[in-house]
Amino acid sequence: MKYQTQKIALAYFAVALALFAVQVLIGLVMGFVYVVPTFLSDLVPFNILRMLHSNSLIVWLLLGFFGAAYYLLPEESEREIHSEKLAYLQLGILVLGTLGVVVTYLFNLFEGNFLLGKEGREFLEQPRWVKAGIVVAALIFLFNVSMTVLKGRKTAITNILLLGLWGLALLFLFAFYNPSNLALDKMYWWYVVHLWVEGTWELVMASILAFLMLKLTGVDREVVEKWLYVIVAAALFSGILGTGHHYYWIGTPGYWQWIGSIFSSLEVIPFFAMMAFAFVMVWKGRRDHPNKAALLWALGCATLAFFGAGVWGFLHTLHGVNYYTHGTQITAAHGHLAFYGAYVCLNLAIITYAMPHLLGRDPYNQVLNMASFWLMSSGVVFMTFVLTFAGTVQTHLQRVMGEEYMAVQDQLAVFFWMRFGAGIAVVLGALLFIYAVFVPRREVIEPGISQPAE
Amino acid sequence: MSDLLDELPGEPMMWVLIVSELLVFGAGLAALSAMRLTDPAGFAEAQAHLHRAGAALNTVVLVTSGCLAALAVRAAQSGREGRKRVLLVGAMALGVVFLVIKGQEYAAKSAQGIDWETHPFFTFYYLLTGFHAAHVAAGIVLLGLVAVLRDPRATETGAAFWHMVDLVWVLLFPVVYLIR
Repeated sequence: MKYQTQKIALAYFAVALALFAVQVLIGLVMGFVYVVPTFLSDLVPFNILRMLHSNSLIVWLLLGFFGAAYYLLPEESEREIHSEKLAYLQLGILVLGTLGVVVTYLFNLFEGNFLLGKEGREFLEQPRWVKAGIVVAALIFLFNVSMTVLKGRKTAITNILLLGLWGLALLFLFAFYNPSNLALDKMYWWYVVHLWVEGTWELVMASILAFLMLKLTGVDREVVEKWLYVIVAAALFSGILGTGHHYYWIGTPGYWQWIGSIFSSLEVIPFFAMMAFAFVMVWKGRRDHPNKAALLWALGCATLAFFGAGVWGFLHTLHGVNYYTHGTQITAAHGHLAFYGAYVCLNLAIITYAMPHLLGRDPYNQVLNMASFWLMSSGVVFMTFVLTFAGTVQTHLQRVMGEEYMAVQDQLAVFFWMRFGAGIAVVLGALLFIYAVFVPRREVIEPGISQPAE
Repeated sequence: MSDLLDELPGEPMMWVLIVSELLVFGAGLAALSAMRLTDPAGFAEAQAHLHRAGAALNTVVLVTSGCLAALAVRAAQSGREGRKRVLLVGAMALGVVFLVIKGQEYAAKSAQGIDWETHPFFTFYYLLTGFHAAHVAAGIVLLGLVAVLRDPRATETGAAFWHMVDLVWVLLFPVVYLIR
């Protein structure tokens, strides 16, 4: 660790990973509710569990991004973070808001209250006071990192990262605008939801991946930057009007079906480019970086993002297909692999890379960390396959044959049991990862004799 | 990949944009052609409302404008700034003429009560020609910008975009207006 303030990242990563554990545990409970629907139904209904599952995911990914920014910006701009105090204040506000959200959801406090009660919009359910807190925290963050970058060296990586983070924060403001017309409500809602995950977050992803490739493979910065600009251009070109693939059936004009189909089909390209980028850099790179686990996560991220976001997204993005598959388990399959591949793996990659520096240890426990990669990834991939089959059967029975929703759900039970099994693997993998980055101080397996001495 | 990009004239990122644009318009034209197969008679009837002579005239206007832009690149490369500017202003003026003719076409459609929803053909008609017209407008601004800049690479970049706008129109014209 070259700069003292990089240490801020440790606190962010710790809170992020704690929430990650909460998120996957709640996911596992939900997987069980799918097969035994009465489980916990009086205590914590499924819709509350789902809010907690999706909201904790989003919050921990964001905390990971913030942590990553605090970690890589000093190295890139070659100076300390502007204010350490502000960074911890920002984390404090976010933790307070998160706790407030959890308590409000669980006990359904202040229902209907303008300021304190939860708002009913999916993913944006947070009470208004929490939303305001998020904005304050975002402003503090943007001020802090922008001051750091402005005074320091400017690189393509910092530029793209800041562009992504600024865009992310500004788009969140649409969370406050909630027109009573349901079609308009949904239209603006996607400005946050879609333009985050298929716009600004992709910029954050590309820049963090570029940073990791730069460090892990030792390829020239110039080469990395050229790829970065191409990827970002492709992401914005396809992603912005790609929002149209959410406007097929919400009451917006029919031309969105073609705009959405065409532009969102092209969203595969930046994900393919990121995968190609990661592998080409590793092939070209001469550096034999000891942190093999970080490299595994980075390559896994690019690959699974291409399949989860790119291929599985394309599966149901054309409006002729989506007419039948909309809101079935196909969506769930895509959602799980896309978020896991693109953003979970990305965060775990930068955490795996940064932790040895933050804790002042050598790259350690590659074996446990890598095992957690394979366990977690196999779990999510298996879950994706199972849900895809479930969605295909569901689409046919429900949308083609016209059977009742609940009657169809009963016939999907075998898939939901397998998904529950996959969930156990994911939870074990996540816990193993957390253990592997925090606890052991020595490598589990000594490097073999066949490896040349350094 | 990065070496290949460097060999192209102008700013490499412009070529990323050009390829992306061609993919979008190509996909749009392919979708139009595919939809036409489902209702050939309806599409032909709808297409009969288009003003082919105006579109043909617009083709001449835009290709001539592209020619002026190409000559401007040569002028820029040989350092004749004044000639470059005159040629670029000429190219921009023809771009404006294109938009005026296009605007009259839209006004005539509107007077006949034709809009997006009248027939699937018109959804494609408005999407494709509308997106294209927006690119013509953007191209005019871009040519104005590179006319001011003294860098021949900038003129190459602007002209590359303008030729893409040209190329897209030359593809749109037969598929939207002529083929039945």
